[in-house]
Amino acid sequence: MSGYFSDLYHGTKSLLVGLGVTFREMVKPTVTVHYPRETLTITPNYRGHIELVCDEKTGGSLCITCGMCARACPSACISIQSEKPEGSKKKILTGFVLDFTRCSLCGICVESCPTDAIAYSQEYNLAGFSREEFHMDLLDRLGKGGSLT
Amino acid sequence: MDTAFFPPELLRMLIAALFVVTVVFVNALFMVYAERKIAGHIQRRPGPYEVGWHGILQTLVDGIKLMTKELVIPRDANRMLFRVAPLLAFTPVVMPFLVLPFSENLIIIDLDIGLIFILTMASLNVMAILVAGWSSNNKYGLFGAMRSVAQNIAYEIPILLSLLSVVLITNSFSMRTIVDAQISGLWFCLIQPLAFIIYLVAALAETNRAPFDMPEAESELTAGFHTEYSGMGFGLFFLGEYTNMFIVSSVAVAVFLGGWSGLPLPMDAWTGAIWFLLKVYILMFIMIWIRWTYPRVRFDQLMNLSWKYLIPFALLNLIVTAVIVKL
Repeated sequence: MSGYFSDLYHGTKSLLVGLGVTFREMVKPTVTVHYPRETLTITPNYRGHIELVCDEKTGGSLCITCGMCARACPSACISIQSEKPEGSKKKILTGFVLDFTRCSLCGICVESCPTDAIAYSQEYNLAGFSREEFHMDLLDRLGKGGSLT
Repeated sequence: MDTAFFPPELLRMLIAALFVVTVVFVNALFMVYAERKIAGHIQRRPGPYEVGWHGILQTLVDGIKLMTKELVIPRDANRMLFRVAPLLAFTPVVMPFLVLPFSENLIIIDLDIGLIFILTMASLNVMAILVAGWSSNNKYGLFGAMRSVAQNIAYEIPILLSLLSVVLITNSFSMRTIVDAQISGLWFCLIQPLAFIIYLVAALAETNRAPFDMPEAESELTAGFHTEYSGMGFGLFFLGEYTNMFIVSSVAVAVFLGGWSGLPLPMDAWTGAIWFLLKVYILMFIMIWIRWTYPRVRFDQLMNLSWKYLIPFALLNLIVTAVIVKL
């Protein structure tokens, strides 16, 4: 019998306090974002898939085709093609394909790049209907707004 | 119209049947939407938003989806009982509409035993849940059903006792007489505050709603008694639950909150229903608010609340009322 009435009193009181809390929350504005119509600003620290960095002077890539990134990649998802034109001393990048289906977003490629030619993108809306959509030709994306500066 | 071929009583029955079905479905549509919206806002999110303006058509679309889904009957289930149970859950909760006093002229039948009729029909709901849980050949279903029986037996007693203390004052079970007694005097929630609170708590448990939703405790029993039901079989249980909320709130309004009385409106004998519905929906809002505030009680706590608190207090209240009425 001990505590019978004090249980009743404290129980009722805490129930009413709880109702007060939820009522105050109910009249406050909502905090969620109506996703397709509203989007949050992505933090600059966001590490999406990698993207080639656009060279402001030439408009091309900063890549010197050294292949460090492809060698550093633990998942072997970067493949680079390059060729050396007649009379030129430097190799030119002709293909930079990221197999994003295997990428684990570790970022070792970005760390290893000697010219900072690759960086993380801010892209988070990644969805597709086939796996081929994620074999990304980054050199092709460089000229089409997918590039970073 | 030739009244010989079409007697007015038959017309009355037809209108009443139509009215009841309309109220049941519109109420369920509205309440499911309101519940989801309120739940959303309590959790600081907007709730349904995509279908129609602010998601207003969401429940309509959900209803269509439910109706078009396949009714799956589990293997080794008792087929007949399995199909009968949703009807059994739905029909008794529609019946009390016959005696609810919406306004002075809007009572379908003013039975002398109106209150008893409502309570009888409300207690049939337990059987439907038991049949549903039993026949679906599912352990969660059976557990849910058994809990529901224990819970409803425990909570029907305080409901009866709290309503009885009002009946002692009015000397009548007729819904109209009970409301009339409050229009000429004070509302019974002021004369019988303890009975009113006991009724509200017990009614919450009677409708199997959170925090007393032991029969369908999701975390323990997947969905309790309606685990195996799909499509409209589940839909009828759902409809029954929301109609049941309407019924218990209506009884609370009629017995404790003055029924259709309120500020005078033109055509009072008919428009009193506005006050009645307003009060009913305020009570239902409180029920939703409670659902999204409290966690589910444990089963022994549920029983403790009824047997150790509600029933002794209701008995005490009844005895005090009886003595005062006699004096």
